[in-house]
Amino acid sequence: MLLKVENIHKRYDETEVLKGVSLEMETGQSKVIMGPSGTGKSTLLRCINYLTPPDEGRVLVEGTEITSRNLNRMREKLAFVFQDFNLFTHLRAVDNVAIGPRKIRGMSRRAAHELAMRELERVGLSERSHAYPAELSGGQQQRVSIARALAMEPKIILFDEPTSALDPELTGEVIAVMKQLASEGMTMLLVSHEVGFARQAADEIIFMDGGHILEQGPPAQLFDAPQHERTRQFLSRIGQGGEAA
Amino acid sequence: MSEFYAFAVEHLPYILEGLPITLGLWVLAMTIGAAFGLVLAWARLYGNTLVYGAATVYVELFRGTPMLVQMLFIYLGLPEVGIVFDPFTAAVIAIGLNTSAYQAEYFRGAIRSIPRGQMQAARAMGMTPLQGLRWIVLPQALRRVIPQWSNEAILELKYTSIAYAIGVSEITARAEKVGYETFMFFEVFLLLALVYIVLTGTVAQVLLYLEKRTAVPGL
Repeated sequence: MLLKVENIHKRYDETEVLKGVSLEMETGQSKVIMGPSGTGKSTLLRCINYLTPPDEGRVLVEGTEITSRNLNRMREKLAFVFQDFNLFTHLRAVDNVAIGPRKIRGMSRRAAHELAMRELERVGLSERSHAYPAELSGGQQQRVSIARALAMEPKIILFDEPTSALDPELTGEVIAVMKQLASEGMTMLLVSHEVGFARQAADEIIFMDGGHILEQGPPAQLFDAPQHERTRQFLSRIGQGGEAA
Repeated sequence: MSEFYAFAVEHLPYILEGLPITLGLWVLAMTIGAAFGLVLAWARLYGNTLVYGAATVYVELFRGTPMLVQMLFIYLGLPEVGIVFDPFTAAVIAIGLNTSAYQAEYFRGAIRSIPRGQMQAARAMGMTPLQGLRWIVLPQALRRVIPQWSNEAILELKYTSIAYAIGVSEITARAEKVGYETFMFFEVFLLLALVYIVLTGTVAQVLLYLEKRTAVPGL
C-alpha cells in the first residue's frame, strides 16, 4: 500500500471538521474527493502532508508513519499542488521547478536545471521557462506548479482544487496535464469538482459529507448509481446524474 | 564665490582625510545593524515568549533613547564597569546597535508582508522553516525592504557625525577644527554640508539602481 490514511480527526475550536477519515491508495491510482463545501475535503488533504497536523490518526507512506521528526523527508514523497498555485514570485518558471531538486534533493545547479526543463516540457511550458510567475496566465502558473511538484519525483501528488482559482477557459489546459499524468501512472489524490476528469481519469470517487466519507467507488457507480441521498443531492447540484433534490 | 572656492581648495583635503573614518563607521555600523536586525526580526516573528520579549525590550530601548546618549553611555559609562572601547569602536557599536533596532522593524514588516502561501509551498516541498526563510521568504522580503533600508542607510550616514562628540576624527570633527583655526565657520560648515549631500546623494542613487536591478518583472 503506497498511502494509508487512518482515522484522521481534526477540530477547529468547537467544530470537528474531520470525524475519523480513512483511505488507502495503491501505486498508479488516482482518486477524486468530492462533496459539499465546508465538509473537510481540503482539510483532509492538508492533514495528509501535515500542512495542517491532524489531532488524531496516522498517515503512512510506503509503510512509514509521518512524524514530526521525519516530516521534511516524507513530504518529498507527497507533493502538493495548491488552489492558488503559490509559485515563488521572485523566481523564473524554470527556477521555481529547480529549487526543490537543488536545495532539498541536493542536485547540482546544472542537473536541477535540466530536470526542471524536462518537467516544464512535460506540462507544455518549455517555451515560457524564463518567465516570472506574474508574467504567466493562471493556467500556465498552475502547470508550472505541477512541474514543480513533479521535479521532486514524488510517490504521490495531492491536488487541492487545482482549477478552482482559474477562469473557466483556462481550466482545460490544467486538466489535460492532469489526465496525461494519470495515464502515465502517476498516483494522484485530488480534491476537485471536475467531473470530466473524474469520469475519465479517476479510479475511484470519494464522496465526503460532514467530516466523513459517505461513500466511495468507481466513477460510473458513484455518478450513475449513488447509494446515498446526500450524494444524489450533491451530484444534481453540480449537474450530474441523480434526481433534483 | 571665488573666495569660497579658494577656501574649499585649501581646507577640503584636510576635511576629507576624515572620509575613510566616516565611511568606515557607516559601513561597519550598517553591517552590524543588518545582521543583528535580521536576528531581532526573526526573534520578534518566530521567537517564544521569552525571546520575543527580550527582542521587543531591546528594540524599544534603542528606539526610545537618543543615539548620542547611547554613544556617551558606551564610551564614558561602560568603562566604570570595566568595559573600555576606543572612540571609533564605541561609535561603531552605538550606531550599529541603534540602527539594528530600526532595521529589525523594517525586516519584520517586510517578512510579514510576504503571503503565507509562499512559506507553505516551501514547507510542502520538504524545506525546513530555515530553508524556506533563506530561499523563498527572505529574497522576496529583502527586495521589498530596499526603499526603507535606503532611508535608514542615509540617515545613519548623517548620524556618523555624532561620533564627533566622543572624539572620533571623522569629517565633522575635522571641519570644526578648521573652523576654530580659521574662524570661517560659515564657509567651513557650508563646505561640510556639501560633502554630506554628495555622499548621501550618491548612496541614494546606488540604492535606487539596486532596487531597479533586483525588481521582479511583472510585479
